[in-house]
Amino acid sequence: MISFRDPEFRRGFSEMVAPSLGMAAWALVTGVAMVKSGLSVPVATAMTVLVYAGSAQLAALPLIAAGAPLPVLLAAAFCVNLRFVIYSAHWRRYFGRLPRWHRLWLMYFAVDLNYVLFVRRFPEARPQSEQLPYFWGGALWNWASWQGASLLGIAIADRVPTEWGLGFAGVLALLGVTYSLLSDKKTWISAGVAACAAVAAFGLPLKLNIVVAIAAGVAIGLLLDRSVRSARPERV
Amino acid sequence: MSQWYTIVAIGGLAVVTVLARGFFLLSDRELALPPWAMQGLRYAPIAALVAVISPEILMTDGALLSTWADARIYAVLVGTAYFWWRRGILGTIVSGTAVLLTLKIGLGW
Repeated sequence: MISFRDPEFRRGFSEMVAPSLGMAAWALVTGVAMVKSGLSVPVATAMTVLVYAGSAQLAALPLIAAGAPLPVLLAAAFCVNLRFVIYSAHWRRYFGRLPRWHRLWLMYFAVDLNYVLFVRRFPEARPQSEQLPYFWGGALWNWASWQGASLLGIAIADRVPTEWGLGFAGVLALLGVTYSLLSDKKTWISAGVAACAAVAAFGLPLKLNIVVAIAAGVAIGLLLDRSVRSARPERV
Repeated sequence: MSQWYTIVAIGGLAVVTVLARGFFLLSDRELALPPWAMQGLRYAPIAALVAVISPEILMTDGALLSTWADARIYAVLVGTAYFWWRRGILGTIVSGTAVLLTLKIGLGW
């Protein structure tokens, strides 16, 4: 069992507090958007609790409103979620030894922020006993603040002016997290290439520009790693 | 839209999301990833975050920004300045959002 007093639980919690506030603003906007796109309050509530994926939810709303065929809707959501497939290969290095139901239960909670902060806390990809408490400390807080803000958004949907553009606070949160990950010249170049690719490929359907940008950013990072290694015979 | 269609859609979205998040965790057998793939994972989170946010910052309705009268530009500049000054994520959000709301509500940008 996970103890709330565990120092790693507390660390996971406290490192999540600041970034999750920005995500809560995003959740608020997602809640508002769900109701404004025509979902009833109970259905919007079910969506936020069951799906728990802001970008996939936002991408699905216009498709649901248009009555898009389910395969198209689900394929689009999977593409928006493709970055999680990439994360899951990494999660396996930490949690691969747990039983399957336990792994999947963890992954329901494993959103972008959890992944990013977890990998920053445990750069070495191997199992350690501190990992589960750290994971839950951040995951439970982020889940609660996201759901609370989303439910608030559902409740007050008709009173928040959309022109305020409050959803942008979520982008600012992700921007801060991105900056905190930029460690050397190679990560900067990789991020720059990914940004250009995401914008240049924006016209692709089903949010595939996200996948193109991830592929481009990772590919340039690998190329830079290789060129640095061949320039210096000894491995750094 | 019918109620059933919406309910099935939401159930499907929940399943698809957990399948994506647990993609490489579904099998009990270790999927052997080549070393370059493991190394590439170092760049994946940054690339994904940038991929999500850069169109949100730089584009309007699928086209690059065409005006300087856009609150997002100044929100990002102030948030960025704050981050590299103090290295705090919360301050980045608060300062950026303050600029955003001031320009949106005050000037209607």
